[in-house]
Amino acid sequence: MRVGIIVFPGSNCDRDMFHVLGDVFSMDPTYVWHEDELPDGLDALVLPGGFSYGDRLRAGAIAARSPVMRGVKEMADGGAPILGVCNGFQILAEAGILPGVLLKNESLGFMCGWTELIVENNATPFTRMFRRGARIPIPIANGEGRYHADGKDLARLERNGQVVFRYAQDVNGSSAGIAGVCNEAGNVVGMMPHPERAAEPDLNPHAARTSLIFESLLQGAGAIH
Amino acid sequence: MPTFQVNVTIENKPGISDPEGDTILRDLVLKGGHGSVSGVGTAKMLRFTIEQEDAEAAKLAVQAICDELRIYNPLVSKVTVSTATGPDQI
Repeated sequence: MRVGIIVFPGSNCDRDMFHVLGDVFSMDPTYVWHEDELPDGLDALVLPGGFSYGDRLRAGAIAARSPVMRGVKEMADGGAPILGVCNGFQILAEAGILPGVLLKNESLGFMCGWTELIVENNATPFTRMFRRGARIPIPIANGEGRYHADGKDLARLERNGQVVFRYAQDVNGSSAGIAGVCNEAGNVVGMMPHPERAAEPDLNPHAARTSLIFESLLQGAGAIH
Repeated sequence: MPTFQVNVTIENKPGISDPEGDTILRDLVLKGGHGSVSGVGTAKMLRFTIEQEDAEAAKLAVQAICDELRIYNPLVSKVTVSTATGPDQI
């Protein structure tokens, strides 16, 4: 399974993601620089975490207009699995590929630690191996991770099942505790926490199956059953 | 062609929480004894330097740039564009 990892100036979780996809789950990851075209033959994309353009203007706003985003939008519209993690989620939201916006945390501080998520939608390419309502431990690390959608948009997200992950406890003031959403078609998922930091036993002391986010992707591709 | 400075102020729409403004109000202004103050809002200000025929054209051009490049996120922010200086005053 060939997975493109989009690299922006200031991405800093791209190598972690490469390691997890390649070394842990035996996928075939490849880096794609943000000024380049997407190579042919990609099965999925990941927009990793980091601080593209140093969060200048606001997180993800400048990267959202990178040349590579035209191809990302085309793959999203074509139904390919796409995962945005942390800054990758912010970029997908700023690009209009995912709904809503990420604001500064209510505390105005950078948050770094373990949190717990509830899987609300287990029909996406990244959650299909979870049962609905499953709780997974996962690290969070962001300064602008407060998901916001206003009343009408929020109601639509809930009605459409586009809330994929919710925090088990309120951590940053996100609307309805939302930690991750998907597009209407369900193939594009954005999440603020970092699954690549909890995908191996050596990194996840909680012995829970956070790695199912990546195994779900493999199962969807028919690589595992 | 004259050069103008155009200020772009980006602030939260009503209803979007502003924890920085709230903290400044609560923990600095009110604790400092200025009880007549009932609100503090924070904003980001960008100053564009641009060549245009006149001030109005400069404002319109900057507003168009802000809209085209999503300088502000219309979901949560509003933007105010104003001319900071007249021609040749920078």
